[in-house]
Amino acid sequence: MTKPTELHDFSVTELAAQLRQRKVSAVETAQHFLGRARANAALGAFLDFNEEATLAQARVADAALAMGTPGSALLGVPVAHKDIFVTREFAATAGSKMLSGYRSPFDATVVAKLAEQGAVTLGKLNCDEFAMGSANENSAFGPVRNPWDTSRVPGGSSGGSAAAVAARLVPAATGTDTGGSIRQPASFCGITGIKPTYGRASRYGMVAFASSLDQAGVLARSAEDCALLLSAMCGPDLDRDSTSLDVPAEDFARSLNDSVAGLRIGVPAEFFGEGLSADVRTAVELALKEYEKLGAKLVPIRLPRTELSIPVYYVIAPAEASSNLSRFDGVKFGHRAEQYDDLIDMYRKTRSQGFGDEVKRRIMIGTYVLSHGYYDAYYLQAQKIRRMIADDFQQAFQQCDLIAGPVAPTVAWKLGDKSDDPVASYLADIFTLPASLAGLPGMSVPVGFGAENMPVGMQLIGNYLQESRLLNAAHRLQQASDWHVAKPQGF
Amino acid sequence: MSLTSTDIDRIANLARLELSPNESERMLTQINGFFDLVEKMRSVDTTGLQPLAHPVACWEDIVLRLRDDAVSESDNRTANQRNAPSVEQGLFLVPKVIE
Repeated sequence: MTKPTELHDFSVTELAAQLRQRKVSAVETAQHFLGRARANAALGAFLDFNEEATLAQARVADAALAMGTPGSALLGVPVAHKDIFVTREFAATAGSKMLSGYRSPFDATVVAKLAEQGAVTLGKLNCDEFAMGSANENSAFGPVRNPWDTSRVPGGSSGGSAAAVAARLVPAATGTDTGGSIRQPASFCGITGIKPTYGRASRYGMVAFASSLDQAGVLARSAEDCALLLSAMCGPDLDRDSTSLDVPAEDFARSLNDSVAGLRIGVPAEFFGEGLSADVRTAVELALKEYEKLGAKLVPIRLPRTELSIPVYYVIAPAEASSNLSRFDGVKFGHRAEQYDDLIDMYRKTRSQGFGDEVKRRIMIGTYVLSHGYYDAYYLQAQKIRRMIADDFQQAFQQCDLIAGPVAPTVAWKLGDKSDDPVASYLADIFTLPASLAGLPGMSVPVGFGAENMPVGMQLIGNYLQESRLLNAAHRLQQASDWHVAKPQGF
Repeated sequence: MSLTSTDIDRIANLARLELSPNESERMLTQINGFFDLVEKMRSVDTTGLQPLAHPVACWEDIVLRLRDDAVSESDNRTANQRNAPSVEQGLFLVPKVIE
């Protein structure tokens, strides 16, 4: 591996060291990344900047760095937030016209926690509207392009986060994952992403999509960098998030270097069926061989309800979304229609103008499956199968320590290819939905390139609270290979 | 099972959405396409299974946490209403609902 010479090629760890050694200031670092982000606006990754606020944070970091006391590992390191997190100093739109220009009176817990650790907020990142989508084509503010091939999608819904990190516009970014929205864009953009166990990171200040599934996480260029950020983001937030886990924050980097000799990696047959394209299969199998070389054992396992996770998820998530999104009525915040006859008409016109097609579709599905006469047949049935899916994982984890497979059936597709066919897009979520429904931690790790030289990601799924083990396995693979250091041309 | 355009109108009304005739027609096709996918789920035997509403409930007993009934936030009305479309004297304004 060659030593990076440019600021934006440094990992979070390297950049933090440069800052601590005063080789570069936090202000210079912030200015460098802001310049890159602006110069690459054509990617559509960023939605909002506030240079004054960014530089003010950087100056505070510089003052702390000048004191020389051993500070946080993130002191002065720029990060950017998916626009699903509310922020006081930046607009927070959730990719929706409904929240165009919205400015929150408070910061999301995840945003506040990273700021407390001295990370400098560079700006807000584009995403699918209310995090609903797998290609970032559902943003009201335009699509995001994949830095590896700008005619292709970056994945979604954290598409802006993935594209910005891959293009070196920011060293690391936050994202959220409801059905794969961190793992799939990380896979499509050739970077590393992790979604922790449901409840690890606070949902306070995360614009709600499907509350029993939504979970915050990180997108960065290595498992090591993910571990640093995730450690800062997680921890109980009991007064503000009723589903926050009462589990202490931990240092997820503590066992990064542990050996993986003897690690039992479960390989689910259902993840390698006929729906998987040959190029993705080849890349993932090669990475599994790499694990064998490192002393891990591959164990065949079954996750028999993998296919069922698609209808189960697409009943539960829209049901929760239809309920969560009922708050957008044009009264307390957000868009309000200009002309209307009465209160009900105001609701209707406001919502019809403010929401995009995919969001309306999911509200309709959710409203239907929750309506009288259909609730048992759809919503409750889905929740019962959700339990079966979670139980299947516990069965599997009796035979293995973690599970590996593809993140998505194919590499990133061309912009527009699936935008008229929502069901085709839902089907492509098949490998990320099961872990989401069970609330398990999951990662995407780059494992080379498939068709048209587009990146392929391998998914690692751990049991509850096993983030350290996931990051350890990913880190060891990254020590033994260089797939994760590949960089898109022109960035 | 297939939905009809009457179903679409009924659901849109429940969801407080106003769909144009074109939108409504497209929605009908797409939602019916979606429910073909959902049919697979309906035939699964789930007798005796408890619905899983909270993923963590499958490995840890979940007790709904209640916070002390104490004031934790100070008055922040002006800041909180800054995003409201229409406000007067600290009140949110909506069209007249009582004649």
